[in-house]
Amino acid sequence: MAELTGIGVSAGVAAGPLLRIAAVPALPAPAAVADTAAEVEKAFAALAEVVADLGRRADRATDATVAEVLRAEAMMADDPMLRDAVQEGIEGGTDAVHAIDAAFATHRAAFEAAGGYLAERVADLDDLRDRAVAVCLGRPMPGVPQPGHPYVLAARDLAPADTADLDPRQVVGLITADGGPTSHTAILARALGLPAVVSCKGVLEVADGTLVTLDGTSGHVETGVSEETVTSVRNAAAEALKTISGTTGPGRTSDGHAVALLANVGSGKDAAAATDAEGVGLFRTELLFLDRTREPGLDEQVAAYREVFAAMAGRRVVIRTLDAGADKPLPFLHQDGEPNPALGVRGLRIARQRPEVLTTQLAAIAQAAIQTDADVWVMAPMVSTVAEAAEFAALVHEAGLPKAGVMIEVPAAALRAEKLLGVVDFLSIGTNDLSQYTFAADRQVGTLAELLDPWQPALLQLIAACGAAGKATGKSVGVCGEAASDPALAPVLAGLGITSLSMSARALPAVRASLAAHSLAECERLAAAVLDAEDPVHARKLVS
Amino acid sequence: MPTRTVTVGSASGLHARPAALFVQAAAAAPVKVTIQVGEKRAVPANSMLSVLSLGAKKGTEVVLAAEGEGADEALDSLADLLARDLDAEEPANG
Repeated sequence: MAELTGIGVSAGVAAGPLLRIAAVPALPAPAAVADTAAEVEKAFAALAEVVADLGRRADRATDATVAEVLRAEAMMADDPMLRDAVQEGIEGGTDAVHAIDAAFATHRAAFEAAGGYLAERVADLDDLRDRAVAVCLGRPMPGVPQPGHPYVLAARDLAPADTADLDPRQVVGLITADGGPTSHTAILARALGLPAVVSCKGVLEVADGTLVTLDGTSGHVETGVSEETVTSVRNAAAEALKTISGTTGPGRTSDGHAVALLANVGSGKDAAAATDAEGVGLFRTELLFLDRTREPGLDEQVAAYREVFAAMAGRRVVIRTLDAGADKPLPFLHQDGEPNPALGVRGLRIARQRPEVLTTQLAAIAQAAIQTDADVWVMAPMVSTVAEAAEFAALVHEAGLPKAGVMIEVPAAALRAEKLLGVVDFLSIGTNDLSQYTFAADRQVGTLAELLDPWQPALLQLIAACGAAGKATGKSVGVCGEAASDPALAPVLAGLGITSLSMSARALPAVRASLAAHSLAECERLAAAVLDAEDPVHARKLVS
Repeated sequence: MPTRTVTVGSASGLHARPAALFVQAAAAAPVKVTIQVGEKRAVPANSMLSVLSLGAKKGTEVVLAAEGEGADEALDSLADLLARDLDAEEPANG
């Protein structure tokens, strides 16, 4: 038995055989073909296996879009022209692996030449080729294994493509050698409620099939454990899950202090799925604007907003006005040529140049709000000064909407939280952006991940300033960033004076259970201790 | 040889879902159907990779051709499929 240590990024314990994402096989040297017919049969069988595997994954996919993408890929691998080219290649003396490689290369070139959408599909062709080549060589297909039984997935780091059809019924935990608390792996694990450890050096040297346990809170990994250990860890995890899902209802500390538990949504579909939430804490409206060369019209906006409001009838919906710019450029805004978009015209700042985009959006929100009985609150992203907040609140009230608030995403706003609450009705802290601007660390640069850890004391100090301002004024101060979905951090945030937490709907039960396990006095004690901690590692230890 | 000239009606062009639906329908036809864009070479309509490579967008004119028993019926139904906005239609599996 050996022990490895990484950073725990998604709470819970898991156990099972460790399986790695198989690497892309290298092409061997070309081989002479002795039996042409057998070689053709081998190549066709490999392609057929890729088609069958994609079909099985499509059948399992719970998301209709993912299933469709997989079926389209299966059709590409099942292409009669592709088979013809492979057969021709083999009959010309090329071995199966190289004939497959060459056949895909032809189509790859055609896709690249066509440009645009097709050029982006080149990665799909490469993936299909890699899969067919792997089968031909008798190796596992690259990508996330699908062994048909529960296992712990290990990888250097997970790419978004690896996780598109990750099956939570098979994958019970994640361990990566690289990555930090804000890496794609960490975010995905928390969204799926999977225990995860990142930055675990040595995990790639562990042989496939080795039985392991992992603790997503402490970052502790044990390898070479016994079957009995796996069974007992699994039973304990099932028991813990039962306790977690046994708690329902509004968010409360053990002594009844309310912390509203809300969901982050981007569409009516998301809202309909968030049955467990007390409302919506962040309704992102930019999805409606993405990929558009012209701004969506008033009626289209009314319909989209109404759908979410209707799904949340009688409950709170905090809707955020357009948050574009930086990592979310929108074609119709023509924001080319900013030397540093993260520090440029984004969020509410767009209204300086295009005031009509905001007033149209507010008019649409007001119309949709009248047509439903949701409790609609409106907030602006990327606010830095009290003057900006006051101007926004005036526009919101002019549109006939009673509740105006602002996002706290830059330190300047956090430091002036009490003044901001003098002109708006509520604050919502976006911890991902607040981290980025507090630590001058780009969210998209993976190597800076430790600076973006929500447990960084400097970030928590800014959150504390907002919480204190909320207490002083009696107004709501919520957290709607990544930090809100961390069950261990929830009592700390409650202790800092945060009145609502908004997260992906799947993260709600664990956060609810964690709050319910602490009294308000304990939350306040933890908050004080964490603020005093040297660094995120010590801060986490104080709570676990 | 019987042919049909059709304007692609799907919002995303002959990509992704519309392409998959078209290729499936062509593969199920009793005759071999080809599809051609402009001066480019006509390609088999049952080949997903070839159909994608045409890069046909919404509004692109394509020519379908087929010969043999049932060619006219097959061309009519494929032409009808291409002219519709398949992106706007709900997937069968919900």
